[in-house]
This record gives sequence, C-alpha cells and structure tokens, in this order.
Amino acid sequence: MIDRNSPVTTDELHAYVDGVLPADRRTAVEAWLATHPEDAAHVAEWRAQAIAIRARYGAVAQEPTPERFELDRLARTGRGWRAIAAAAIAAALIGGVAGWLAHGASAAAPSGLEQFTSEALSAHKLYTAEVRHPIEVRAGEEHLLPWLSRRVGTTLRAPDLESYSLKLLGGRLLPGPNGPAALFMYETPAGERYTFYCSRSKAERTALRYSAAGAAGAVLWVESDIGYVVSGPAERSRLFDIAQTAYEQLESRAPTRSSENQIISRRGS
Amino acid sequence: MGGFRQDVEAAVPALRRYARALTRDAELADDLVQDTLVRALRSEHLFHGGDVRSWLYTILTNLNRNRLRALARRPTMTAIDDNDAPDLAGPEAGGRDIERALASLVEDQRTALLLVVLEGLTYREVAEVQGVPIGTVMSRLSRARVQVKDYLDGKRPALRRVK
Repeated sequence: MIDRNSPVTTDELHAYVDGVLPADRRTAVEAWLATHPEDAAHVAEWRAQAIAIRARYGAVAQEPTPERFELDRLARTGRGWRAIAAAAIAAALIGGVAGWLAHGASAAAPSGLEQFTSEALSAHKLYTAEVRHPIEVRAGEEHLLPWLSRRVGTTLRAPDLESYSLKLLGGRLLPGPNGPAALFMYETPAGERYTFYCSRSKAERTALRYSAAGAAGAVLWVESDIGYVVSGPAERSRLFDIAQTAYEQLESRAPTRSSENQIISRRGS
Repeated sequence: MGGFRQDVEAAVPALRRYARALTRDAELADDLVQDTLVRALRSEHLFHGGDVRSWLYTILTNLNRNRLRALARRPTMTAIDDNDAPDLAGPEAGGRDIERALASLVEDQRTALLLVVLEGLTYREVAEVQGVPIGTVMSRLSRARVQVKDYLDGKRPALRRVK
C-alpha cells in the first residue's frame, strides 16, 4: 500500500502535470506542493509550457485536411509498391519494424529530394524568365526526345498537358544533381510557363510532394529511380493536378525495365 | 480493413499538428505526414491490431529522425522553404518564444515532450514510440522541461527591457 504521505518524486510531479497520476497520489502531491514552493513553481512552469505549446500548435489539428492526404489518392500514387513492400516485409520480420522503417526512410530522405527539387526550381526560374531562348531544341524537332532520353539514361516522354492549355515549347539539357537532367518547357496562351524536369534520383520511388520557393512552386515524385519535377506558379492545387496528370500518363505508358536497360547500355557503349 | 483506413484517416489532423511542432515548418511537416501515410497504407497488411495512432506516431517519429540524420550528413544543404518569418510583437511573440525553445531541444527530448504535452500520449505509449524504457522517457521529458525553462528565462529579461 502506498503511503499517502511518502515523499513525492520528480516523476510524480511530471505525472501530476500531465494528468496521468493515480487519484490517491494526486492528493499527496497537492499536499506536498502546498508546503514545497520550489516544486510548486516547477509545476506551474511546466503547466505554462504545456499551455504555450498547445496554444502554438493546437489549431493545426482544426484545419481542414488538405486534399493531398486523401488516402485513396495516396494509395493510388503508391501503387506498384507491393512487390518492393513484400521484400521489405521480409526484412521487417527479421530486423524488426523499426529497422525496416529506418531503412525505407533513408532511401527517400526528404533532404536529398529537397536538393533535387531545388535544382529543378532553379532551372525553372532561370529559363522561364528567358524571352528569346527558353529552350534549346523545339518541340517539333524529332530528335528532342531521343536526344534527352539518351543523355538522361531512360526513355523520356513529355506529357501531353493540352487539357491545361499548356503547349510544349521544347526542351534542353542541364547538369542535374546525379547526372544529366532534361527540362521541358510548356506555355499557356497567356504566356504562363511551366517546366517538367527529369533526372536520375537516388531515391527509388516517392509519392507526389509539393514545395514552394517564392512565386514558384514544384511537385516532385520519383518513379523507377527517375525523379520528376513539375514547376510553375506557386498554386498548389493546380500544380498537383498537372503533376498527377503527368504522372498518370508516364505510368500508363511506362517503358519496360528491359528497354530502359538497353538505352542505358547503349549510352555506356 | 475499412476500420484500419478509417483509423488512419482520423489520425491525420493530429499527425499534422505533431509534425508541425516537430519541424516548425508547414511544408516539411506535411511532407512528413504524407510519407507517413504512404508507408502506413503500404504496410497495412503488416498491421496486426493494436493502436493505429501510436503506430503512425512511430513511423512519423522515425522518418523525422532519418531526415535529421540525412541533414546532419549534408551540412551545406539548404531547405527550399526557408520561411523565416520576421519577429512579431504582441501575443504572437509568445508563440515564437515557445517555438524557439522547442528548437533548442535535442530531437529525442522534443519528441518526448510533444508526444506527452501536445498529443496526450501516456508515458508507456511514448516509450513504445521511441523504443526506449519508460525511465528514459521520464528523463527526456524532465530534461526537455528544464531546457525550455532555461531558454525562456534567458529570453525574458530582454523582453522586459522593452517595456
């Protein structure tokens, strides 16, 4: 039986503040605080901290949930993962779930992807501002895609974004974070420019993610070791829609693994 | 199966709140939440009962830890979204103070404090999320509270002087 008058421990003071102290000890703590002003000051301080933290961040949970968190959408974007997940599960069963999570996350550490997006956005800002030479090779020229595909090392496609009134102007080759990068430029009749950036990624696959830098926004995803970034005016929902369309087009016409490899080996020879 | 999805969905607002406090960056926080959800959906069949919410907190906590490790390995990298809002006066200033105080904590202490204070997890749940004994959670919580107090005490004289 616990002595109601036994000295109060620091852990109990914390538990008291956090409301997880058993009722019988609560009375003991209250009696203790009445005669121990120093501990009472700690308790008051910790309570004030908790109130400040809740005041600062509590409202986030009241915000309407953004569209990007719709589970159906996320499950769709994450499709194709099953095979990889199956391998990961085997690892998880051996190494423990925490180990697996740590492993999975390191493959797609946001920091590397931030760097990737940042390069795509720099290219976007630099070349969309170009009046006379926004591109190197025009869309009508047949060698545009074969050339950029060969240099990036995968079969590239420029998505058809006509449904957003975006017309493909053409593309150019750039140095990317992990090798050559291709940049395709699109324009609306009003002169608004969007770019589609593709290059090798160190991550294998990720879901769509949005970032913004000033007036420009970008949506990045990674599929089969290639990172894609759609950049344009920082209008999140529109960029997400465009990226989703591009993603679906690439996914439905994705090249087989072997044809990719052929291009890579041809490039090496 | 439907229950699992519903539980995940119901946890999203709280996950966003936790991630926001953990990273103090809205974009980064939502990226973490998205990664957490994608991972959770992918491994739905791995989940054999228990508390979905705790499991989601565990994934998010691990992802954030990995993110910080990756950042530490690449000190020259800059975040895209450096929205360092200017200092505000008035009631907002208090929010900024607590934000900076949280930023001054080491990751494990910040995680423990936020899970308890903001997310209302029990000490045992926090121990499971962090994968450590309860005693370790208690010492992290205790050190976090001392550090936050020291930080705020250090700030207060400067604020008083303004009056």
